[in-house]
This record gives sequence, structure tokens and C-alpha cells, in this order.
Amino acid sequence: MTTVLESMKHGLQSCLQASDQVILLGEDLVDPYGGAFKVTRGLSTDFPGRVLSTPVSEAGIVGLGVGMALRGLRPVVEIMFGDFLMLAGDQLLNHAAKMRWMSNDQARVPLVVRTPMGGRRGYGPTHSQSLEKHFLGAPGLRTVALTALGDPAQLIEQVVLHDDDPVLFVEHKLLYATQVQDQPAQCELLQSGNAYPVFRIRVSGAPAPSLTLAAYGYSAELARQAILKLAYEEELFAELVVFTQLSPFEDQALVESLAQTGRLLTIEEGSMQLGWGAECVARMAEALGPSLRAARLGAADTPIPAAGTLEEATLPQLVDILKAARRLRSA
Amino acid sequence: MERPSHSEFYRQMLRIRRFEETVLDQFPRGDFYGTTHTYIGQEADAVGVLHHLEHGDVVVSNHRCHGHFLAYGGSMQALAAELMGRKGGVCGGRGGSQHVQWMDFYANGILGGTLPLAAGMAMAEKLADSGRIVVTFMGDGTLGEGVVYESLNLASLWKLPILYVLENNLYAQSTPITHNLAGTIPGRFQAFDIPAMEVNTTDVLEILNQAGNAIEKVRHGNGPQALVLQTYRFSPHSKGDDTRDPAEIERFRKLDPLKIHAERVPEADRISIEKTVENEVTAAFAAARAEPPADPAALTQALDGAG
Repeated sequence: MTTVLESMKHGLQSCLQASDQVILLGEDLVDPYGGAFKVTRGLSTDFPGRVLSTPVSEAGIVGLGVGMALRGLRPVVEIMFGDFLMLAGDQLLNHAAKMRWMSNDQARVPLVVRTPMGGRRGYGPTHSQSLEKHFLGAPGLRTVALTALGDPAQLIEQVVLHDDDPVLFVEHKLLYATQVQDQPAQCELLQSGNAYPVFRIRVSGAPAPSLTLAAYGYSAELARQAILKLAYEEELFAELVVFTQLSPFEDQALVESLAQTGRLLTIEEGSMQLGWGAECVARMAEALGPSLRAARLGAADTPIPAAGTLEEATLPQLVDILKAARRLRSA
Repeated sequence: MERPSHSEFYRQMLRIRRFEETVLDQFPRGDFYGTTHTYIGQEADAVGVLHHLEHGDVVVSNHRCHGHFLAYGGSMQALAAELMGRKGGVCGGRGGSQHVQWMDFYANGILGGTLPLAAGMAMAEKLADSGRIVVTFMGDGTLGEGVVYESLNLASLWKLPILYVLENNLYAQSTPITHNLAGTIPGRFQAFDIPAMEVNTTDVLEILNQAGNAIEKVRHGNGPQALVLQTYRFSPHSKGDDTRDPAEIERFRKLDPLKIHAERVPEADRISIEKTVENEVTAAFAAARAEPPADPAALTQALDGAG
């Protein structure tokens, strides 16, 4: 068994091996510390000079990455907590994302900015957020979410070695210790052929689904547990669609699933208003018309509290998914 | 490197001056769209510094980039076309006046936001051991941006091959430096152990010499250097937004770099250069005007990251 973190580290290792252009940089990356969440632990020892600890300067190091990418390198910048990404917002949106288009295709920015997001660890209002929603839809910036499904190492290799444009790579903290789900138990897993795959999961041997769940990141893990419970305990059969590429939005897999089920439940950990789920529902309403029944789950519209009881009440839980699914069944 | 004649420096500065004057003159006619920031009065900075560039060296510029671009060797017609929103513009009309990208020249209108990019580019050149350097232009107003100091720290810490050229024209848009800046400009660099040379002149030859010394140090692995050029723009910040005392502007006209340098050029040469430049500018703007407008059908090209 492999954890997602181990798989990611293998991915980064193969990237460093495959290309001298790959450079990792971020705060506290160098051994023995090896990064706040240890994704890069050991890599600075194996690849001296190519894994760099930087000053605490999020805007500075993302901009540094943009500059390195413009001059032929493939930098991977780690932002220690996704919450700190806002400090680098100008670098991502006004520089990395625009450079290629604004220059009329004269410049390329093969930059990856990796960052842990999400709560459920009690880190409080400024270290628990899922802020990727603020970057979704930004022209020129691809946003990709880590998943435990499939092969995380391969996803890392895709963003680092094969994508020639800037990518924001979002990693939910709880996924690091999760086991890689290349074949989730009691489930059938379908993986699309895209560079950034969409996964479709159904309970093995179940009848045709009557409900579609859409999620990414750690919410997809909760949703996977939910479709098993719903099938075994309530005979409510659902298909789960899990996205890796969040932006630009790719709707094909969701349209296919909804064509069969007509009912959509989206689950995200970011605040729900004006979020990713809203885009999913809007896209499906455009594709399916009035036959669509839909609901969204997301974090409450407050900051993420520190206290465990409060945090739990703020973020969507398994039980919330089950309830929302039941309500949609009877809708 | 062989030093060009006095006439050549005069020609280069005059090209910038006449380009910018033509832009300001023609803006009200509706040839241009949007806004612009002209370089009138600061020409000696770009010409004196960029004379020392070698092939592959990088120039990072800002909102006031036309002079830097022309001194770098960019096409006058393509720049005019960019300002007019023509297909043949430097960036096909996508970037406009403040976002000019061509070869190793990168300009962006976000003040200070380009400084970490400059550090990253210098880092890449250093890692590649290419011997190339990065020349970064910035103004006094940019010193208010926090990311500047993250960048200076990185550049000094990692001994990156960067020359910072700070053009102090005494105003951040309309606000005088006395209302904007605590401490001293060299002090901002020296705090990071970056040597800062203050050059209180608008004489292109003096700037040429000081820039040459600083670039020599950068090129030989001594880490970043700063050149603080005291200058003045005779034109408004943008188009019509000048609230400065006209008497002050008149006082500074005595320091006009073109006037100072013109005295070194024989009159016959000067007249001939003025004619040549006038013809060049007229032809460049006419040719740009004759080009087709930027084509909306090509709008989504080169957006792989979002499509």
C-alpha cells in the first residue's frame, strides 16, 4: 500500500531525474526538515542544488518561478499553506497566467505552484481554507486538484514535465496520509483518457445510478464513502464524478453522467457561494435544461473556526452528503 | 566594445524623443486607444545603460517602456502599431503601451511585480552559466511596493546577475517623492548589501560610463548592483494629467539630455540626424496606421492554459 504523499514524492523524484530543467523551491524544503508537510523530504539530499529553501516571500518565490520558467527551466514552487497563496496573487494572475497570451505567444511559462489546502486539522481561520475558488476561471491559469484516485505520481509528472503553461496544483492536506485508490474497494473506477483525468466511480454490481455526485480533492474521498453507504444501506445508487482539472472547466464527463441520472449533487470544501459547485450546476443547467435537479454542499459562509466542534459544523461532512442525497432522491 | 560616435547617441535619444512627442501629439486625433506613459526627458537613461547589452541579455521594463524598447533595438513601427491596436503590433495589440514583449525584452505595467521575475530570469541564466545578465528598470514610485524588497533580498542572497536601474523622476504619478519616500533611495538597496551608485546627471556619456562600470561588476559574478539615475520627465505621467508647477518643469529643461548632448554634435550632423529621425518617425507611424486592426478571430489563440 502506498500513501498519496509517497506517490507524490515518487512523482517529484522522477521529474527531477527526467529533466535537469526541474527545480523545486519553497520555504523550508531542504532536509532534514523536508517541507512543512514532508512532500519533498529526502529530495534535497538526492538532488543537491536542485531543491532550494527560500526566504519567507510567497510573492517573491512565485515570481522567481515565473522568471525561471520564462528562461527555460521547469520550476515547481511550493507554497507552504494554500492560505498564503493570496500573497502571490499578483504573480499568478498578472504575470504567470497572462504572459503567454499577452506576448502574443512569444513567451511560455511552464511553472507549477503546489500548495496544500483545506481544513479538518484544527489549524484555524488562516491555515485551513480552500481558496482555489478565487483562482478558478482565471484565463491562462490551469488549476488542478490532487486526488487519491488513479496514480498521483503520474499526475505530478504530467503537470511538471508535460504542461508548458502555468498550473496551480492544489493538494488537500488530508489526502497526504490517504492510501492511493488505484482500485477503490467495492467500486468500479473509470478513468478518462485526458492528460488531467476525470474519474467516474460506481458501486460494483449496482443497478444504473439515479444520482450524480461531483467532487474533487478530499471531498471526493467523503463522496466515495457516501456512494457505498447510500448503495448498501439505502439502495440509492449514485455515480461519483471526480475532477482533477478544475479550471478551465471540462464538462463532458458530467454531462454524460447527468444524461443518465438527471440529478446532481456537488461537494466542495471551499465556501459554497459563487463557487465551483455553482459552475457545475450552471453548466449542467445549460446542457440539460429544465430536467436537471441539483443541490450543492460546501463550507458555511464564515471563516474556518479553530475549535474542533465548530470546524466540523462549518465543513461538509459525510452525514451532510447522505442527507443531501436523500433529499435529491425525493426531489 | 567600440563606443559609437556622439552623433549616434544623439540619434538614439532623438528617436525616442520624437516617437514620444508624436504619440502625445497624435493621441487627441484618435489614432491611439487606451493610455500611454511617455519617456520625454529620460532618454539618456535607456540609451546610456542599454548600450552595454550583449546578445541574450534580458531587459525588464515597466509601464514607461517605450524608450527602453527603442533603445533595446525594438521596431518603431511595431511599437506604434501596438499602441494603435494593429495586428502588426509588437504583441498583436494584446499588450498595448505597457506590455511589450519581444525577444529578451519584457515589460509589464504592474509596478514591482516584475522584480521577482527579473530575479528568476537571472537565476536561470546563472544556473545555465550563460554569462547573460538582467537589466531591470524601475521608478522611484515602485519603491513603495513590498515585493521589491522580497526580490532584492533574493537577488542579493543568491548573488544574481542583475543591474537595477532606478530612474528617479521625482514623482510617483502626481505625488512628489517628498510625500512618498522615507529614508534614501540608495539605502533601500544598501540594506540588502546591494551596492548602489547614485548618478546625478542627465548627461548620456556620464550615464554610459557609470552603467558600464556597474554592468561590468554584474557580469563578473559580483551579484546585483544598483544604479540610481536622477532624472526628470518633461511630459505628464500619462497624457494630460500634469499638476506640477510649470516653472519647475522649465527649470529642469536646462538639464534636457538632448540639449546637453547636442552641443557635442557638429551642426551639419545634427541637422542631418534630425531629418533622418523625422523621416523615420513619420514613416513608422504612417506604416503602422496603414496596418489592419488586430483581429478578434485570433483572440483565443495561445490560451492552452485555459482551453
